[in-house]
Amino acid sequence: MWSFTRRAAQSVPLLGWLRPNRAVNPRVAVWGRQTGGVGVEESGPGPGPRPGRSKVSMEMIDHLERLALVDFRNQEGVERLADAIQFANQLHVVDTEGVEPMDSVLEDRSLYLRADKVTEGYCTEVILSNAKHVIEEYLVAPPGNIPLPKKEERDSFLQHSN
Amino acid sequence: MGKTNLDEFAMGSGSIDGIFGPVKNPWGYSEQYRERLGQDHKREDSDWVIAGGSSGGSAVAVASLTCFASLGSDTGGSTRNPAALCGIVGFKSSYGLLSRHGLVPLVNSMDVPGIMTRCVDDVSIVLGALAGHDPKDSTTIQDPFEPFELPDEIDVRNLCVGIPKEYHAPGLSTEGLKSWTKAADLFENAGARVVEVSLPHTPYSIVCYHVLCTAEVASNMARFDGLEYGHRSEVETSTEALYAATRHEGFNDAVRGRILAGNYFLLKQNYDHYFIKAQRVRRLIANDFLKVFGSGVDVLLTPTTLSDAATYLEFIKEDNRTRSVQEDIFTQSVNLAGMPAVTVPTVLSRRGLPLGIQFIGQAFRDKQLLTVAKWFEQQINFQCINLQGLLNNCDELHKPDISKIVMAPTV
Repeated sequence: MWSFTRRAAQSVPLLGWLRPNRAVNPRVAVWGRQTGGVGVEESGPGPGPRPGRSKVSMEMIDHLERLALVDFRNQEGVERLADAIQFANQLHVVDTEGVEPMDSVLEDRSLYLRADKVTEGYCTEVILSNAKHVIEEYLVAPPGNIPLPKKEERDSFLQHSN
Repeated sequence: MGKTNLDEFAMGSGSIDGIFGPVKNPWGYSEQYRERLGQDHKREDSDWVIAGGSSGGSAVAVASLTCFASLGSDTGGSTRNPAALCGIVGFKSSYGLLSRHGLVPLVNSMDVPGIMTRCVDDVSIVLGALAGHDPKDSTTIQDPFEPFELPDEIDVRNLCVGIPKEYHAPGLSTEGLKSWTKAADLFENAGARVVEVSLPHTPYSIVCYHVLCTAEVASNMARFDGLEYGHRSEVETSTEALYAATRHEGFNDAVRGRILAGNYFLLKQNYDHYFIKAQRVRRLIANDFLKVFGSGVDVLLTPTTLSDAATYLEFIKEDNRTRSVQEDIFTQSVNLAGMPAVTVPTVLSRRGLPLGIQFIGQAFRDKQLLTVAKWFEQQINFQCINLQGLLNNCDELHKPDISKIVMAPTV
């Protein structure tokens, strides 16, 4: 009869790793060094609701918003990022010395490349019908080369665009 | 052909974050669930049961006996999770077997179109129609694919079933553990060799998945700028402002959270530290599987989910990211390694809701995997959902205008 009771004692407590928001769970301490990247301040161990959880700087918030063209929207969004970083930091306890990064599970096979022959297409109308703003088969965009406004201005115009 | 609901951009494990509203599990309306709720429980409609996600709508379509088969996507378990919670078969093929042409990409190196059906035989029928090389998806393998039929008489005496010990997680419910044990016993009693195996990097698998998924998501979601298709904001001050406003309006919290996290991990100063590191860990995880299969194990047997489906009010006590991390625990490592996996409904929980068991096979041995799953399904003979109460009390539902219903052909 397959018995888990003996095996349970030997099994790895998986969920000890999975509760970044449970500051009181003793298994949370297993996480190891909290080395965040640049722009993330180390809050370090000590009194506080989330021991070891790094704070995301305003500079980083602005930088990411510009790169992603997606806004954090509120403090909750920033905390979500801080949680994600803290969670990802657990990777650093794994020893990957001499291990090559893996891009794809099909790395041992050669990628299929089809012959450079036109087999289909000629569907301009269908494709352009997906776009909201089209003038004579051109997709219309507002003027480019204008930098994204500063954070305070961005936040206010985004509130209004909702 | 019908279209079904899901979590926005397939990000989530409850199918509650879509713009059209949440998906409700039909088992929450079944006699099996309702009779166990007790007479004194006032059925509040706010306390309905989630369907799992992210392909919850597809699972519900099959589970509610509306159709025979449906397609979902499986990047971290998004097909197997709702299939298990809705009591149906959910299959994720080997990466490279099914074409991803037409599947909105989430994580190109892990996405697989998922198949959901009422029984394992139906999976092989649908797979036969879909699998094989597609010139429009260069990540499909070029090996010829022969559609197959599963045998009816299956002998498991020469089978070696592995039980990965790291999958015994503390969050696993007692019922989940019990059904896992029962499944292992079934194989052992039928003469199969059941052995404990180890996948030592399992604890890091969900973390690795989280980093790689957010990184690829950040890249894949960049195409949604409002110019060529989809929602477009009214802002016209500049191109960048248009993009920012469109994406602000068009993406929900879960999607934005993943994009921003992904962008963080891909920053030049973080690239090696997080993204490349995760790719190295991915290789370790894939190697774990290869080692176990190389040692003579044919299939792995694991739970699919931690427990049966939660009610909506219980589920929303944690946010989307936390829930995904919890719910995907048994399913995502298979996506990292590209292996096929299938979930088969096993038993009803104390609450009258389905629990599933997951089988993991070797890459491109999908037929063997499905054969094992079929044998298991034959032994289990899982009960059918009883929706008679719901059908009898049609006043509780909005009565559709029959003349306006168009009968869509079932798959």
